[in-house]
Amino acid sequence: MAKISRDDVLKLARLAKLSLDDAEADELANDLGEILHYVEQLQSVNVSGLNPTDQVTGLTNVMREDQIEDYGYKPEDLLKNVPRVEDNHIKVRRVL
Amino acid sequence: MSQWPPIAEIAAQVKAKKLSAVDMVKQALKTIAEKSEYQAIISTLPDQALARAKAIDSSTDGGRLAGVPFIAKDNFLVYGPDTTAASNILKGFKAPYQATVIEKLESEGAICVAKANLDAFAHGASTENSDFFTTKNPHDKTRVPGGSSGGSAAAVILDMVPFALGTDTGGSTRQPASFVGCVGYKPTYGLMSRSGIVAMASSTDTVGTLAKSVEDAALVIDVMAGKDHLDATTIDREPDGYDISCQLDQGLRGKKFAVIKEYMGEGLASEVREVIDGVVKKLESAGAQVSEISLPSSPLSLAVYYIICPAEVSSNLSRYDGQRYGYSDESAKDLQESYDLSRGHGFGKENKRRIMIGTYVLSSGYYDAYYKKAQTVRTKLINEFNSAFESYDFLVGPVAPTTAFKIGANAADPLSMYLSDVMTVAANLVGIPAISIPAGKAGDLPVGVQLMARQRADRDLLGVSRSLEGILK
Repeated sequence: MAKISRDDVLKLARLAKLSLDDAEADELANDLGEILHYVEQLQSVNVSGLNPTDQVTGLTNVMREDQIEDYGYKPEDLLKNVPRVEDNHIKVRRVL
Repeated sequence: MSQWPPIAEIAAQVKAKKLSAVDMVKQALKTIAEKSEYQAIISTLPDQALARAKAIDSSTDGGRLAGVPFIAKDNFLVYGPDTTAASNILKGFKAPYQATVIEKLESEGAICVAKANLDAFAHGASTENSDFFTTKNPHDKTRVPGGSSGGSAAAVILDMVPFALGTDTGGSTRQPASFVGCVGYKPTYGLMSRSGIVAMASSTDTVGTLAKSVEDAALVIDVMAGKDHLDATTIDREPDGYDISCQLDQGLRGKKFAVIKEYMGEGLASEVREVIDGVVKKLESAGAQVSEISLPSSPLSLAVYYIICPAEVSSNLSRYDGQRYGYSDESAKDLQESYDLSRGHGFGKENKRRIMIGTYVLSSGYYDAYYKKAQTVRTKLINEFNSAFESYDFLVGPVAPTTAFKIGANAADPLSMYLSDVMTVAANLVGIPAISIPAGKAGDLPVGVQLMARQRADRDLLGVSRSLEGILK
């Protein structure tokens, strides 16, 4: 059974950019352990000669002309959902 | 008895000026208000809907869905109210454009009147994972309506509207349809555009239709189906379309059905089994050939799904970064902390659980053992289903192992909640069309029967579903 420690959870949370409180981290360690244990039944399945599937209807490389299409949206409208805007730019917290 | 005539009839009467679209919208809004205790609805859009209705009433050709009110699950982008996906992280989000299927429905005169509740980001099978509230089953308020499209399914049975839209990524339309007793349709993958729908697991996401009859669902599907340049995974529609209203009933005689053996085994509630056994008997007496088939990999489909789905979820939910839209934590001191806190506080428990599992199975040390292995077992599953469809026209089984469960019964154990999807996820992984049709009751609770067909055989599936619906009534 996949043993998921609290440290594993915190490391994953850093990768996934999620802040977790202590109780959440403990709960997730338990839940992830159980869920991963359940899906581990696949480990023993014989799949020799088979390729992985990532697209089910057989489409490959759907191409289109590289042309600009005007949908009529104004930048101001598209920026309405942005938490912090300055001069029509998205403003973020300091990076460094 | 429903207050709504068949959808085609509503549209015909509205076009003939015998019914008014304004009255249809008012009737829908009135019912929504009267049934508010079930908490199926997140928001309504009365002003917008009435304005559209007035325009339809004064036009000469209102379209094939003229004046037909509908409800969209709140993960479809619709102008007007917030599109929240029932998540705190999207509170306040206004759709800057509409989902392609919403545009298509509106272009034929349908009118969106409200947005329905769901498990946040469609992660769940009961609506209990909604960040706002839990929808109650119309047949028993102490039970869930199923999920994640539980609000949409409940809205149809509460008679708020003639049809509602859901999404079906692992069963989220069929399972609630079974739990409340309406028709729930999941199309072939790619038959309807996903553009403008909040993404969950992109390789299995489909648009679900919830309606009172197969014929109503088929008309709505016919309007929505087809290629869209905004979704590169969309496929061509069938030349004859999906509106089966004028198709002569082809009947069930001679059609080859196979009951999936693995779905009828241990873990299936006896009262659900009885209903499915009853359906088989009725199929046989209608002249259908019914056999049993074993799909040995089908019990693995849930494990495959709960690797592939969280992997795609973790990728799709990475866009919620607290910078471009949605909830943003104001206390963060730098960008890194802004990401962590916005996501940590904005996402619900189940969202975080899936993001974490997805991150785990996609991480470099585990990618081959989990993600790639799941994708390869997916191939095995697809091969088994394909070979079944060489011998049979349709596969039959239950939709879910149980009837609607009590609110709270599975809330503490994520794995037991996942088991609710055990009979629905295969169709999503294989990309085939599947439907839940009301088949009977166990006590006061509805039970649906599931039919599946080969990829792109949506028209055949709808046709045979209508015949089956006829003998189940």
